[in-house]
Amino acid sequence: MLKLEDVQVYWGEVHALKGVSLEIEQGELVSLLGSNGAGKSTTLMTISGIVKPRAGRVIFDGQDLTQRSAFDIVNLGVIHCPEGRRIFSGLTVYENLLMGAVRRTDRRQVARDLERVIALFPILGERLRQNGATLSGGEQQMLAIARALMADPRLLMLDEPSLGLAPVIVEVIFEVIQQLHREGVTILLVEQNARQALQIADRCYVLETGRVVMSGPAEELRANPEVQRFYLGG
Amino acid sequence: MTSLEFFLQQAINAVSIGSLYALMAIGLAMVFGILRLINFAHGDIIMVGSYTTLMLMLVGLPFGVAAIIGVLASMVAGLIMERVAYRPIRGAPDVAMLLTSFAVTIFLENSAILLFQPTSRPFSAPSILTGALQFGNLRVSSIDLIAIGVTIILLLLLTFFVTRTQIGISMRAASTDLLAARLMGINVNTVIAYAFAIGSLMAGIVGVLWSARVGKIDPLMGFYPVLKAFVATVIGGLGSIPGAILGGYVLGTLEILLQGLLPASLTPFRDAFVFIALIILLLFRPNGILGPTEREKI
Amino acid sequence: MQHRLYNLLTIVLLFVLLAGLLAYASLAASAYIQRIIVLLGINIILVVSLNLSNGFTGVFSLGHIGFMAIGAYTAAILTLPLSLKKVNLPDLPAWLSGVELPFLTATLLAGVLAMLIAFLVGLSLMRLSGPYVSVATMGFLVIVQVVLINWDSMTRGARTFAGVPPYTTLWWVWGWAVLTIYIIWRLGHSSFGRSMMAVRDNDIAAQSLGISVMKSRLLAFCISAFFTAVAGSLWAHFIMSFSPKSFYFVQTFSVITMLAVGGMGSVSGSVIGTVLITVLSEVLRNAERGIDLGFVSIPPVYGASQIVMAVLFVLIIVFRQKGLLGDREIDFNWLWSRLF
Repeated sequence: MLKLEDVQVYWGEVHALKGVSLEIEQGELVSLLGSNGAGKSTTLMTISGIVKPRAGRVIFDGQDLTQRSAFDIVNLGVIHCPEGRRIFSGLTVYENLLMGAVRRTDRRQVARDLERVIALFPILGERLRQNGATLSGGEQQMLAIARALMADPRLLMLDEPSLGLAPVIVEVIFEVIQQLHREGVTILLVEQNARQALQIADRCYVLETGRVVMSGPAEELRANPEVQRFYLGG
Repeated sequence: MTSLEFFLQQAINAVSIGSLYALMAIGLAMVFGILRLINFAHGDIIMVGSYTTLMLMLVGLPFGVAAIIGVLASMVAGLIMERVAYRPIRGAPDVAMLLTSFAVTIFLENSAILLFQPTSRPFSAPSILTGALQFGNLRVSSIDLIAIGVTIILLLLLTFFVTRTQIGISMRAASTDLLAARLMGINVNTVIAYAFAIGSLMAGIVGVLWSARVGKIDPLMGFYPVLKAFVATVIGGLGSIPGAILGGYVLGTLEILLQGLLPASLTPFRDAFVFIALIILLLFRPNGILGPTEREKI
Repeated sequence: MQHRLYNLLTIVLLFVLLAGLLAYASLAASAYIQRIIVLLGINIILVVSLNLSNGFTGVFSLGHIGFMAIGAYTAAILTLPLSLKKVNLPDLPAWLSGVELPFLTATLLAGVLAMLIAFLVGLSLMRLSGPYVSVATMGFLVIVQVVLINWDSMTRGARTFAGVPPYTTLWWVWGWAVLTIYIIWRLGHSSFGRSMMAVRDNDIAAQSLGISVMKSRLLAFCISAFFTAVAGSLWAHFIMSFSPKSFYFVQTFSVITMLAVGGMGSVSGSVIGTVLITVLSEVLRNAERGIDLGFVSIPPVYGASQIVMAVLFVLIIVFRQKGLLGDREIDFNWLWSRLF
């Protein structure tokens, strides 16, 4: 479904991605691991079109996305839930969700998706009329994911959903992600929390200083002693 | 005149002038919220609309029609400005954008001077606008009442627009977090165009009202209004539409207050006092009245 | 080693060239050319000192022309001959009406006064950021304007302040210009300068490193105010008569244009930007009077120069968003290697 071919990305003069290649099949849950500054967020931003690569290609469903605008890419169903939640704090929960569905035209389906999303995150249903800024960190993360879901993603990209959240909330979030995976949503998950990510992913890529240094099925990587040493703390 | 009547008179002045400032400020706030651009050329939108109206009246069109076309001309001018001058520099450092707006101002003002002569021209509005109503000792000019009335209607329409329409909510979303808005598929070009269109429309209306109030227009007429509008948005908190409205009325009230309270020898210093008050306000609320209290909006 | 040798060589060469040019100009050039050279020097002082505040610390001041005004008026009042003082400024307070100071003293005092005012103003303004500090400094400009227009006894109010002795020469202007460039260059490229730029680019991060945001901004603001006031004094003693209107938004825009075109955060950029814009303005202003190209003559179009400048400016910004030199200084090595 999604393929990155030798993507080279620069932030000004800094060489952030030094030839990243990866693949995701429909229905897979692929996780992108790596330490801080490895280039994980940059990879997502390149896919969603916010950042343009200097070389290499991004191919989605056979279409070359490399030079397309972010607007076009989103409309193809590539939905990026950014790092740091970034919900619209001046808007209510309901308005946030509505904004997720901005690209869609089928109002009945949108209404159904709204119900579905509230079923997944009941707490959002209670807070529909509340201003987004008043939500707790965990609630905001749920809202961010819910908002992304409202966009009817063909590929859902989550950037560090567990960042800064209490372990209890992280459990809930990861359960939801698994649930979505079971329902058939294709997910690219960027995470620093390697343990959790490796538990739920089908396959993983490990990124270090802009390069893919390891890849493979999750069980393999879990058993890999290097992964255990660097990312699993033991 | 009793002190109550005097107070009412001043209150109406303050609300009337505050309304005009608020309408101007909304346009600035909308554009700043999304683009981080302080559009100094917003003042010249007033000028464009006023001159269009005047020219049409000189050709024989009745005031009402001329005014409506003038207001629409303002809106078109704003849209052209966005497309030609500001879209190509999107993403540039804030300073470059500020300076570009100065450049646009200079371009428009000097073009107007070339086309229309630098001297002011009389702007005669029909008597319903320039007349006054008498309530006992109270003399209320109709233009004040109309300004207040029009503003109330526009504010209601605007509120409806930003809370109930998808585009309006998208505008609010884009001004909170432009990146997240893009990621959700909000068409930034469309949203920005709407911001300029609505802001310029309001500026156009302010233009007609202002010109009718003052009775004459000149190519540099936009300079003070945009300065006041800028101050109003800063008072209320840059980028926030409620802030702009609040700021407009606070500024109007402050001006009238100072006008009334300052001893005669100090009235020429009124503008200086307004800025001193502004600086004092910024000391306590570095981001304006409705802005976040922490210095940095993270 | 070679790198520094080249830079030193170039600077010495430039000095010699400058001195030669000035000597030639003061002896042989027309009054018009001399005028341009003086204005160029004054503009350079204005833009380079503004760069210290706007470019290096990111405090985008829209009010610096207020300091220029303070410099001009203060120095002019101090140097005005006693006889003229009696006539033009009859209500001057006693301790001033008997004072007539030489050029350098008056200029220095004006600079120091501006610096003091900058310190007081800066105490309240330097904690603001972004557009807020810009509007607050703009407020300062308005306040200065209003004070100048209304403090009749000191400034003659809105009327022209005339009779300023013509002390400014090519040498004074360029002497100060070189001094300004040197000081601001040293400041900008010292560890102080680097910490200022760190503050500019990310003041939260800079604070966590222990760099005092307030101190660096305040210092930059005050130093730039000093030199701006000096430029004001130089200008006042060149143009010999002026009024408060000479120090308002039009001048602000032109100085900021030169700054932005050259690149904020680059001293050599400021110089280059200033030269370009000043020369271009002059050429265009002459063209306004109509050009006769022989086969076609373009009629006078007053105000056209402003329009052309505005359009040019937008074009430059569209293609070089950070100005011609951006953050970087001119690299003489690169230049030499290109030439040979």
